[in-house]
Amino acid sequence: MLWVDKYRPKTLDKVIVHQDVAQNLRKLVSEGDCPHLLFYGPPGSGKKTLIMALLRQIFGPSADKVKVENKIWKVDAGTRTIDVELTTLSSTHHVELNPSDAGFQDRYVVQEIIKEMAKNRPIDTKGKKGFKVLVLNEVDKLSREAQHSLRRTMEKYSASCRLILCSNSSSKVTEAVRSRCLNVRINAPMEEEIVSVLEFIAKKEGLQFPQGFAARIVEKSNRNLRRAVLTFESCRVQQYPFTNNQTVPPMDWEQYVSEIASDIMKEQSPKRLFEVRGKLYELLTNCIPPEIILKRLLFELLKKLDSELKHEVTNWAAHYEHRMRLGQKAIFHLEAFVAKFMSIYKSFLISTFG
Amino acid sequence: MAPVMQSSQPWVEKYRPKQVKDVAHQDEVVRVLTNTLETSNCPHMLFYGPPGTGKTTTALAIAHQLFGPELYKSRVLELNASDDRGINVVRTKIKNFAAVAVGSNRQSGYPCPPFKIIILDEADSMTQDAQNALRRTMETYSKVTRFFFICNYISRIIEPLASRCAKFRFKPLPEEIMGSRILHICKEEGLNLDSEALSTLSSISQGDLRRAITYLQSAARLFGSSISAKELISVSGVIPNEVVQAIFSACRSGNFDLANKEVNNVIAEGYPVSQMLSQLYDILVDADDISDEQKARICKKFAEADKCLVDGADEYLQLLNVASSTMQALSNMPQDMTF
Repeated sequence: MLWVDKYRPKTLDKVIVHQDVAQNLRKLVSEGDCPHLLFYGPPGSGKKTLIMALLRQIFGPSADKVKVENKIWKVDAGTRTIDVELTTLSSTHHVELNPSDAGFQDRYVVQEIIKEMAKNRPIDTKGKKGFKVLVLNEVDKLSREAQHSLRRTMEKYSASCRLILCSNSSSKVTEAVRSRCLNVRINAPMEEEIVSVLEFIAKKEGLQFPQGFAARIVEKSNRNLRRAVLTFESCRVQQYPFTNNQTVPPMDWEQYVSEIASDIMKEQSPKRLFEVRGKLYELLTNCIPPEIILKRLLFELLKKLDSELKHEVTNWAAHYEHRMRLGQKAIFHLEAFVAKFMSIYKSFLISTFG
Repeated sequence: MAPVMQSSQPWVEKYRPKQVKDVAHQDEVVRVLTNTLETSNCPHMLFYGPPGTGKTTTALAIAHQLFGPELYKSRVLELNASDDRGINVVRTKIKNFAAVAVGSNRQSGYPCPPFKIIILDEADSMTQDAQNALRRTMETYSKVTRFFFICNYISRIIEPLASRCAKFRFKPLPEEIMGSRILHICKEEGLNLDSEALSTLSSISQGDLRRAITYLQSAARLFGSSISAKELISVSGVIPNEVVQAIFSACRSGNFDLANKEVNNVIAEGYPVSQMLSQLYDILVDADDISDEQKARICKKFAEADKCLVDGADEYLQLLNVASSTMQALSNMPQDMTF
C-alpha cells in the first residue's frame, strides 16, 4: 500500500493539517445533519481526505465499505434515450462519481442519479428516513448546463440527499450553485505542516532522516502534500538509510520540460522547433495535461529570462493557454507558444547584441 | 423527517416576506400593488434589478395575497429558468394555461380577481424566439391572464414585451435597511452579532439581502451562535484585504519575481481568481496616485482576463498576466509589445 493511502487520516480527529477546518466540520455535523457543501482548493491539499473523514463522522465506519460499480444509465432525453456509462464508488450511505467523465452528457447523469437516490432512501436506527450523500468530484469541469440543472435539483431533493462538491477552483462553479452550498476553502498546507506530516510518517515507519532532509523534499513539492509523501516514499525506495547529500529525484516530466526550455533558449530555428515538437508530443502521449506542460515551461523560461522579457512571455503564455482551452488540439497551441517565444527571444538578441 | 427538515430549511425561505407590505425598500412597487389588492386590477408587470432585492418575493407575495392558499394552485403558474422554457413550452403549456377563463368567486377574505397570473422568473434567460412567441399570447388572453416577468437585465427582454408591461426597478438595499433585517433574523435565531460584523456583512453582500442571509446562516452553522467579522469573511469566500493589498503592492514595486511569488501564494491558498480580480479592481479604482490613462490601461486587461476566466482558462496564468501588465502600466512601460 502506498504511504499516501496508508497514512491518510480516516477520521476528523486524526487529521494533522487543517485541524481548524476539521473542528468546524465536526461541529457542523454534530446533529447528524449537514447542508450542501462545496470544498475548493489546489490539488493535494486534502479535500478528498476531509470529505471521506466527514462521511465517516456522519455515518460511522460503514461509510468505509465502498464498492466500485460500473453502471450504464439509461437516460430519457426527450426524443431519444441515451446510454451513459459511468463508474461510481458507493457505500450504503453515499455515492461518489466523476460526472465530468460523461462528457457533454453530464447533466443527464447528475439529475438521473440524484432522482434514483431520492427514490430509495435509507432508514436510520430511529426508523426515520435519513439522507444519502452524493459526492461529486471535479465540479469545475462540469458543463454550464449541468450546473444550471443542478441548482433546481439541489433544492427539490434537499430532503433526501445532500451534495458534497469538490473542485479545484471556485471561479468555475456558477454563482447560483455556490450560493446554495456552504463553501469550505482548503488551502495548500504550509511547508512546516508538510514537514510535520513527513516526520509523523517517518516515526510510524521507524525511519530516521538527517537534518534538513524533509525540508528539501517539501521545497520540491510546491506545497502539495500528496506529492511530498510520494517523493518521500520514492526516496526511501531509492536509498536507505538517508544520507545528507542524497538528491531528491525530480519528476521525470519536469526534467523533460526543463530540457525543452534550455533547448529553445539555445537555438531559435525551424529545425529546433521541429525537435521540440517531438518532445512535446512525447509528453502529451504520456498523459501530462497540456496546460501543466505550458505552465511548467513558462516557469522554466522565467527563471532564465531578463526581466523586460518576462512580461511579454507571460502575456503570450496566458494568451495561448486561453486559446488552447477554446480549441481542440493542444499541440498546435503549445507549438505556437514555443514559436512565439523563439521569435521574441531572437529579436531581443538581435536588438541587444546586433 | 420533520425535525431535520426544520433545521435544514434555508433562512432565505424561512424569512421570506409573506405580504407585499413587508417587502423592504421598494416603495413604488409596494404602493402600486397595495392598490391592486384594493381594486383587484393590475397590468402586466416587469420587475428588474440586481439579485437579492426582493423581486421574486414580491411576485409570490402578491399572488398569495390575491388568491389565498386554496386557489393559488389553479390560478398561478410559476416557471423559472431550471424548468424547460423553450418555444415549445410557450406554445403549449403557457398558452393552455392562459387560455382557460376563470370567474371571480370571492371567498374567505381574499380578493380573487377574475384573472390568472403567470410568473416567469429569470425571464432574461428565455430565448428570443420564446419571447417573441409570447407577444401575441399576452395580448390575446389579456382578459384572463396577467404576466409577471422577473429579470436581472432589462436589456435582455425584447422591446415588444417590455413595452407591454409596467416596469419597476428594484433598488439595491442600503446598509441601514439590510442591517435591520439581519438584526431581526439574528433575534429570531438567537444569534450574537456585533456591530463590526454587521457592517462587514452589509459590505460583503453589496446590497444583496439573499446573499447576506445565506452567509449568515453558513456562519451560524459552522461557528455557532456568536459570529465575528472574520468568520463571516471566511464563509463568504471574500479574500482578506491584506492578501489583495500584497498583490497590489507587489505590482507597484515593479519586481516581477515578487509578483510571481505573490500570485503563487494566492493560488496555493485556494482563493478564487475571479473574486481576486473584482477586489483588485475596487482597490485600483479608488487609488488616487494612479493616472486615468494608467487605470484605463489596467482595466482593459482586467476585462480581458475576466473573459478568459469565464472561458475556463488557467487561473494562475491569467492572474500572473494581469499582475504583469498592471506592473507595466504603473511603471509606464510602452504599451506595445517590444518584440
